[in-house]
Amino acid sequence: MPTSVPISWYLILSAILFGLGVAGFIYRRNIITVFMSIELMLNAVNLTFITFSYTLKKVDGHIFSFFVMVVAAAEAAVGLAIILTVFKNRHTLMIDDVSSMKY
Amino acid sequence: MNFLQNFLILSLIKVAVIAFILLTTLAYLQWIERKVIGHIQLRVGPYRVGPHGLLQPLADVVKLITKEGVMPSHVNKFFYLLAPFIAVVLALISISVIPFGPEITVGPVKTWMQLTDLRIGILFVLAISSVGVYGVALGGWASNNKYSLLGGLRSSAQMISYELPLALAIAAPLLLANTLSFREMVNYQDGFWFGFIPRWNVFPEIVGFCIFVIAGFAETNRVPFDLPEAENELVAGFHTEYSSMSFAAFFMAEYANMVTVTAVATLLFLGGWQPPFPSPYSDFIPVAVFAFGGLIAVFHGLHPARRLDKFTLPAAGLVFLGIAALFGLSLFVPMLKTILMALFWFCGKVFILLFLFIWVRGTLPRFRYDQLMRFAWIVMFPLALLNLLVTGLVVALTSK
Amino acid sequence: MTPLIFLIFAGIAVFCGISLVAQTHPIASALSLIGVMGSLAVLYLQLGGEFIAAAQMIVYAGAIMVLFIFVIMLLNAGAEATSRTIPLFTRYMGMLLLAAFLGLISFIIRSMLPKTEGVEFGAFQGGTALAIGRKLFTEYLLPFEVTSVLILIAILGAIVLARREI
Repeated sequence: MPTSVPISWYLILSAILFGLGVAGFIYRRNIITVFMSIELMLNAVNLTFITFSYTLKKVDGHIFSFFVMVVAAAEAAVGLAIILTVFKNRHTLMIDDVSSMKY
Repeated sequence: MNFLQNFLILSLIKVAVIAFILLTTLAYLQWIERKVIGHIQLRVGPYRVGPHGLLQPLADVVKLITKEGVMPSHVNKFFYLLAPFIAVVLALISISVIPFGPEITVGPVKTWMQLTDLRIGILFVLAISSVGVYGVALGGWASNNKYSLLGGLRSSAQMISYELPLALAIAAPLLLANTLSFREMVNYQDGFWFGFIPRWNVFPEIVGFCIFVIAGFAETNRVPFDLPEAENELVAGFHTEYSSMSFAAFFMAEYANMVTVTAVATLLFLGGWQPPFPSPYSDFIPVAVFAFGGLIAVFHGLHPARRLDKFTLPAAGLVFLGIAALFGLSLFVPMLKTILMALFWFCGKVFILLFLFIWVRGTLPRFRYDQLMRFAWIVMFPLALLNLLVTGLVVALTSK
Repeated sequence: MTPLIFLIFAGIAVFCGISLVAQTHPIASALSLIGVMGSLAVLYLQLGGEFIAAAQMIVYAGAIMVLFIFVIMLLNAGAEATSRTIPLFTRYMGMLLLAAFLGLISFIIRSMLPKTEGVEFGAFQGGTALAIGRKLFTEYLLPFEVTSVLILIAILGAIVLARREI
């Protein structure tokens, strides 16, 4: 404890951030904030990967984290393009108002 | 604890020295720019405030501090005040990994002339310049002004577009030197081919150097890529609504970014603090340069036809001769010689590149925004990729 | 020193995470997310992932979040009108249950991990660019090439979706 941090603290931090991401995803109504909560979840998962890579003393966790970042970048690009299209057609950013296919 | 205390005190001393020198350099860089652009445009530049306008930066600082800071209504106050803060802090942080010279021994302390060496120093500078886009984007958005918003959006789009050729141009010397830290990169570039051509990265990588410098122009929003902040285009762009110290902050951030880009170009391509000729012959160059400059200044100052500069030019000449004497004296003191020679060559190369930046500002017209973006994506990015490809091919074929 | 830095930056990360969920304006949420990414980059540095920390700042905080901020600025997204009528009881019960759930997860994680070692800054030297590059281009070459195709698809998709219909 004086010079080292227990591994579980990193995993707990990752769980807290993931939980906050899920809470934001469920609670918020603005579509961009929902998307940002997804990015928060991905960041929490990255932290878990790097922590376990430290535990097992291998570098594979870093590589998986790198791939998660790349996939998040691709997803952000396409997702934001979709958001722009939704805004162009529906003129609103609230997910409750994009409900024309509801019963 | 003793080690920690020594390290802390040493770091604090280095921080104080570098901060003082950097802030003075930024102020006088503005003076140099105004004088050089003035002379390019056949006028004199600042002339009255102090001898040859040397106190003009001081007058500007006093003016900017005492001006009324007008905060427009309906701005988002937190982001309005955060934007110049981010811009300045990030611009000044990236100086911390730049080495100014080799390892020196001052008294009992053996240290490098660098605030800290990171194993990923080059990536650190890239990361800081990537996050530095937010200062501009937030400043433009928070001002509640359509010109600022357009200027901020255009400027940040330009900065992130030119980050790609910048990073690819950086990657080519990395392939040659096999390291990401600045110290190792400069150490890779010492030595001479055939005994007299320095082993700088610019000689194999001239295309990479050109791409880096051009992308550096765009990253720092300088002419010819300064449409987002030009006065006659967008009413000064993203810093329209900023006054007094906030405006000074953006200004300082732009000059600090310029210094960073030129310092990184020097370290990656021009050999850092390495002299261009082998060591016994190149030690006389600083003495010769300053003595020559001093003699010319004294000679022209003592000419009877000059009435206005009767005292200032000879004074400047005497200062230069004093510096030449200092360099000459240092040839006999090895510790001082290492420091002064390294500083001379590094600062000389950085000043040559800064002069290039200022020269281009006085010479070229600016790009239109769509021409600028087209240039980035259709010309610079493929060229940088091609450069990287050819470098990789040559390295792969010539290594074991 | 390491626990102190961890506590400071973990605190900043949690604070920015809560601010992401609680702020009404999307730009404030975006800046909170950048704060989370920055503090996570410091934690990666502690865990020996120096290349991943730099890549996180360059790619995530320097490019992806700039994209988010562009979209928020272009769409002129304003602060959410807080007209939600969730009763106070439900809101507080929800936060309490979330805290209880996270406490349970923490207890489970702590009791499942071996209590032997901790994280010290500098103990894991294998996260250098050299090590990652070696693994990436030999063992994980196929995922690397597949992700490059994925990025190409994403670029095409974004251009097709966002172009002007003339």
